Amino acid sequence: MPALSRHLRALESEAIFIMRETVAEFAHPVMLYSIGKDSSVMLHVALKAFSPGRLPFPLLHVDTTWKFREMIAFRDAVAARHELKMIVHINQQGLERGVSPITSGSSVHTHVMKTEGLRQALDQHQFDAAFGGARRDEEKSRAKERIFSHRSSAHAWDPRNQRPELWNLFNTRIKRGESMRVFPLSNWTEADVWDYIAAENIAVPDLYLAKPRPVVWRDGTWIMVDDERLPLLPGENPEIKMVRFRTLGCYPLTGAVPSTATTLPEIIAEMRSSSVSERQGRLIDADETGSMEKKKREGYF
Amino acid sequence: MTAHALASADAPASAAALATNSLDLPTLRFITCGSVDDGKSTLIGRLLFERRLIPDDLLATLRRDSLRHGTDGDNIDYALLVDGLEAEREQGITIDVAWRYFATPTRSFMVADTPGHEQYTRNMATGASQADCAVVLVDARKGVSRQTRRHAAIVALMGVRHVILAVNKIDLVAYDAAVFHAIAAEFTAFATRLGLEGVVALPLAARFGDNMSARGERLGWFDGPTLIEALERVSITSTMVPLPFRMWVQWVNRPDLNFRGLAGTIASGSIGVGDSVVMAPSGASAKIRRIHTADGDLTRATTGDAVSLVLDHEIDAARGDLVSMPESRPQVADQFAAHLIWMSADKLLPGRSYLMKIGSRLVPTSVTAIRRRIDVDTLEPLAAATLDLNEIGVCNLSTSVPISFDAYADNHATGAFILIDRETNVTAAAGMIDFALRRATNVHRQALVINKAERATLKGQKPLILWFTGLSGSGKSTIANLVEARLHAMSAHTTLLDGDNMRHGLNRNLGFTNADRVENIRRVGEVAKLMLEAGVIALCSFISPFKADRDMVRALVEPGEFIEIYVETSLEACIARDTKGLYKRALAGQIKNFTGIDQPYEAPEAAELVLTTEGASAEALADRVIDYVLAHGMRG
Ligand SMILES: Nc1nc2c(ncn2[C@@H]2O[C@H](COP(=O)(O)OP(=O)(O)OP(=O)(O)O)[C@@H](O)[C@H]2O)c(=O)[nH]1
Ligand SMILES: [Mg+2]
Repeated sequence: MPALSRHLRALESEAIFIMRETVAEFAHPVMLYSIGKDSSVMLHVALKAFSPGRLPFPLLHVDTTWKFREMIAFRDAVAARHELKMIVHINQQGLERGVSPITSGSSVHTHVMKTEGLRQALDQHQFDAAFGGARRDEEKSRAKERIFSHRSSAHAWDPRNQRPELWNLFNTRIKRGESMRVFPLSNWTEADVWDYIAAENIAVPDLYLAKPRPVVWRDGTWIMVDDERLPLLPGENPEIKMVRFRTLGCYPLTGAVPSTATTLPEIIAEMRSSSVSERQGRLIDADETGSMEKKKREGYF
Repeated sequence: MTAHALASADAPASAAALATNSLDLPTLRFITCGSVDDGKSTLIGRLLFERRLIPDDLLATLRRDSLRHGTDGDNIDYALLVDGLEAEREQGITIDVAWRYFATPTRSFMVADTPGHEQYTRNMATGASQADCAVVLVDARKGVSRQTRRHAAIVALMGVRHVILAVNKIDLVAYDAAVFHAIAAEFTAFATRLGLEGVVALPLAARFGDNMSARGERLGWFDGPTLIEALERVSITSTMVPLPFRMWVQWVNRPDLNFRGLAGTIASGSIGVGDSVVMAPSGASAKIRRIHTADGDLTRATTGDAVSLVLDHEIDAARGDLVSMPESRPQVADQFAAHLIWMSADKLLPGRSYLMKIGSRLVPTSVTAIRRRIDVDTLEPLAAATLDLNEIGVCNLSTSVPISFDAYADNHATGAFILIDRETNVTAAAGMIDFALRRATNVHRQALVINKAERATLKGQKPLILWFTGLSGSGKSTIANLVEARLHAMSAHTTLLDGDNMRHGLNRNLGFTNADRVENIRRVGEVAKLMLEAGVIALCSFISPFKADRDMVRALVEPGEFIEIYVETSLEACIARDTKGLYKRALAGQIKNFTGIDQPYEAPEAAELVLTTEGASAEALADRVIDYVLAHGMRG
């Protein structure tokens, strides 16, 4: 295993510091686990931060029931391998109402199954701090967010009135019912994440690697036909293409990119020469400009 | 045309190529700052664009956004690349810091774009506290302004070591060298007074890319560096003497009986297995047996490493302790002078209790005096009774227990602190310790032969503070008097401190402003504590409207000794009773700062006892207090 570069070591140490600070100052922390590469890195760093002990908090996956099947299998394998306490929350009311990305559209589906689901789970378990794997380089409103990001009792983010965050002296004080979102990977870039995954040999879902997969061309991107729930529109014929994913989410909302990168080094090389952004494949972000900020103000991660 | 042309020859060939730091280049953290609209966000947006860090899809979005929100006609408004909040785009200003990452062939950069607007100065300070270098922008047409000076003062105060002055919008003064030189001279003179040495000045047209990555013809007369060159030349490695070893204990890592590690990140210096260490403030010492990390034990750990230190024997150590080496210990004191940058809309109230976070330590603290406020224009010291939002002052602070620290000038990791408002939880101030006023190590408290417990034993009771709080006329004094009479009948030794009576004597120089109310309660708290130490049960009857002040008294004594009794009566009932006729006068505007009328009452959230007076007799309520006192061991 190659030794970590100074740069990655510094990012890792910073994340460990943030995680320990959270565990020391909050009564009921939880780690949001979304199965993607950022969650994988965050979990890996957390296991280091509390070594030789076990993780002093559970993981929470808000399952929209539309994730790639491979993601769910990967999640369960990770939980078993590290003997993690993995809470899986599904918004049952949403399911009963028949909300889905197919019938309700991306923004309603995401709001109900992800944002509302997350709020339900946080309330139900009374978590006062929740780790998220968001990075500042992902999106323009995330570039503005604090590492310790305050949420009102309604889980709302007030971007115009964030607490100053001076030095590494995090103000973790909250009132009853309020909570904190904590982003230990704030200062990592997409490239840092992949370099770290390679250097530390961290397992990530195969979906990140190119493979022949059944896809259809829709809304300007390649959508994978992951199960029989995806209704095909007139003229759509699933074809098998070599594709991979740059981010992972609900399969009908996550665009694949044609690629031949089947190994980590190839992914890294491909990403370095790419001229589109990481989130471009996400249909949910494209809804409207500023939509990420809007979702975050409502309690999305 | 020019606005869209790529100015640089050495820009990387592909988009994400140098967003990464796979080459492990050293990283420089810098901020852009300066007055509103001087072009800070444009500068960073343009820089990212020139480094080809804007992927095609985001560039398309930018073109679209520029038409909608842009401040620059049909041209690309680069500021929109960083002004990511909706409110920022609508108003065309920056509100909060944006963090961005880029690299050149020799260096990696982390940059914070900070707001110029005075209202958001605290967000600028947030950026400055992380930075090694500040690019101060000045609009060539407007020259150095008050906000430029304020930002320069904060940069100096926070110990940002390198300053680049960018005279921007030089296109709007026809690329005139004389304008540039005049502004550079004025700013450099001001910076020197702040102790900022070696300011590098350069002219710039951020919007068009002049002198960003490449000089450009129109600035042919300038023989200094381009912005990128200047940023690449800033020295990162510190030339200072190595700092002594410091580590704040963040968390005691104790997964099972076989492992006990002090988890933390080395704040400065380095440490090796076998070295002796001491804990501050306790002074306990031990040797390092292991330096644990998940990747295996280390023989040495240095600044920035996140580790768990295992000691050769068990000593008392907890979160908030500072680990150092015996030959280079931090200072320990409970009073010191510090610079404060006030960040809350609620003014600083001397005497009020705030929470100080220094390293991993959280302690109640109060400002005992404002030595001076600093005028950011003239740098002259001014007398001040308070600090307002964005004001800078030098203050004396006193902590409830001694803390360990170094002067900020010697060590940022152990000399920086924040103050937190105990009521609202907002970060009220950034602080930098200058020096200890009284070293706890030299000025010991006089040790007393007889202590509180012994005095109490003689009296056969457990001393307590029974603190009655509530609106004027809620019934505090009536109930307190009944309670005292009963305790007295039970042969308990008591005393009663009453608001009105204290104001005739010890507190007669105090009025009813917020600041005076805080001081009133502080004095009463100290008196109650003396009574407690004499073994007496002290009944205190004070409106004490502010939660933070009651908490301050609570923090003066041991847990279980301060009993907060909330005498709960609705404002309407108090007004109806109006035994002293005060409400009538207050409502008529004849009395100012009257609690409940034009000053708030913050009801206790976790009082030991809540006495709801409406519908209950004073005797019955007094009985509840007696029951509480008996249940909590009056006979000590
Ligand atoms: N002519 C000219 N205009 C410029 C230049 N740099 C910036 N501007 C314009 O100045 C205006 C303000 O620029 P911003 O980058 O938003 O200023 P700022 O300093 O970030 O402002 P705040 O963050 O709100 O303090 C915009 O309309 C820019 O296009 C320049 O070099 N020349
Ligand atoms: Mg700006």
